[in-house]
Amino acid sequence: MLARYPDKEAAILPTLHLAQREFGHLSGEAIDYVATLLGFTPARIEGVATFYTMYNRKPVGKYHLQVCRNLSCSLMGAEHLIEHMSRKLGIKPGGTTADGTFTLSTVECLGSCGTAPVMQVNDDYHEDLTEESIDAILDGLRQEHG
Amino acid sequence: MELVLTTHFGNDRYRHADTYERLGGYAAMRKAFSMPKEEIVAEVRKANLRGRGGAGFPAGVKWGFLPKDLSRPRVLVINADEGEPGTFKDRLIMSRGPHLMIEGIVITSYALTIHNGYVYIRGEFVREAEIVQEAIDEAYAKGYLGKNILGSGYDLEVTVHRGAGAYICGEETSLLNSLEGKRGWPRVKPPFPASVGAFGLPTIVNNVETIADIPWIVTHGGEKFASLGVEKDGGTRLVCVSGPVKKPGVYELPVGISLRSILYEHAGGMQDGKALKAVIPGGSSTPVIRADEIDVGYDIDSMQKIGTMAGSGGVIVIPEGTCMVRALSVLMNFYAHESCGQCTPCREGCGWLARVLRRIENGEGREGDVELILNVCDNMMGRTICPLADAAVMPAQSFIWKFREEFDRHVRDKKCPYGNTF
Repeated sequence: MLARYPDKEAAILPTLHLAQREFGHLSGEAIDYVATLLGFTPARIEGVATFYTMYNRKPVGKYHLQVCRNLSCSLMGAEHLIEHMSRKLGIKPGGTTADGTFTLSTVECLGSCGTAPVMQVNDDYHEDLTEESIDAILDGLRQEHG
Repeated sequence: MELVLTTHFGNDRYRHADTYERLGGYAAMRKAFSMPKEEIVAEVRKANLRGRGGAGFPAGVKWGFLPKDLSRPRVLVINADEGEPGTFKDRLIMSRGPHLMIEGIVITSYALTIHNGYVYIRGEFVREAEIVQEAIDEAYAKGYLGKNILGSGYDLEVTVHRGAGAYICGEETSLLNSLEGKRGWPRVKPPFPASVGAFGLPTIVNNVETIADIPWIVTHGGEKFASLGVEKDGGTRLVCVSGPVKKPGVYELPVGISLRSILYEHAGGMQDGKALKAVIPGGSSTPVIRADEIDVGYDIDSMQKIGTMAGSGGVIVIPEGTCMVRALSVLMNFYAHESCGQCTPCREGCGWLARVLRRIENGEGREGDVELILNVCDNMMGRTICPLADAAVMPAQSFIWKFREEFDRHVRDKKCPYGNTF
């Protein structure tokens, strides 16, 4: 990866992506690891990790449900879907289910406004959401989780 | 109707080099390699191609800002950090026709003597980044990227760089900092990226759609591209329509088509007999217009004449029955969340706008709150390093100017007449 950039600094974002994939979230230990690996101070790495919303400094559930709350999604019913998910999962946005399966988050525009309402579950988008389709997605993920 | 980009987007194989090439792809690249470099740039200037990322700066003119001497290597950066609410066209190009972008990168880099390109893709677009990477790998395998392209002696390396969740990184200098592994803080200009950009080198930053137009311009000529649009704004645009219309989606349409036609002919009009109340025409940062203002050409200059912008092509449709205070409140929460925190007027101002709007919407508005919002706006506009503060102010002011009575009524009646919901 380092070969793709003119300096090591540019590898910080991709390395943090890899670290998060490996460790689940960017704990203090993970930050120290990346800092040592690339030869920067932990503060330098932490400054980057805390700026970007996709880097999770705290553990998240196996499935991170990120529901868009921006305007196009709101106009198409996102607020009601977020309430529906909160009820169904028994957690508020920002919370994680007791079994660690789901974390529910609200996020800003995901760039998929023509198929609103939209949520991102880990790496994948789910579009044109309804209460029914959300129920099916959550039930499917729960079965997958076992 | 002539299409520049989307003709084959229905073909699932078009994202692969073989199919793309069978349908005429990479012919423009071969043609470009036989042209003098300055002639390629001249065609793009003639095309009146204006940046599709939002600012609308003429691409050919931007290219001309590179320093003349070639002593320092130059860099091309593609802005694929699509995040302006209401905009979802670059995602379509990357997932349905990534080779259009790659061919545009090769031609542009060759014309500008650039040997390193980066495609900065917003972090959330994991699948799109995978598709683009696969397409880049195919282009390398065919010898269209890498060393000695088509035996010309010309080399070009292209790297995909993923963002990690930050709207501000769509601003080009913030994007460059993010590419360099820093926090996405915008830079003070000058120096402009054309002289000091990525890694301290002269850099051109172009939007995905802008660069994807380049192969067609090389094939058909700048004049032909210009003729598809209007004076000083050529070609087609990918117009994104969202909100409760019958057929939301991306439509490739000639620049200058009327906004009414976009909404009622192409997007099929309003869903379930809803009436149109307002339109945010060019992404969430552009001033809102009322339903009676949609008989306007969808091009940069015509939109500017009526006090708004075509921006990044994101048309958000707002139906009757929508609380404009709540809609604006949603937008201001967004800007408050995304302000990078570097400049005080933006960091504090966006927070103030969000908080005051929330209390008005929740029936806790105080007398003078609407004036307070306008006053905060005056103290933000034009007073920051980058345009994010302006991007928050433009919807805030226009919502109030055009729908003042709704804001006053919330404050007067101490409640939301729409029942505090969408």
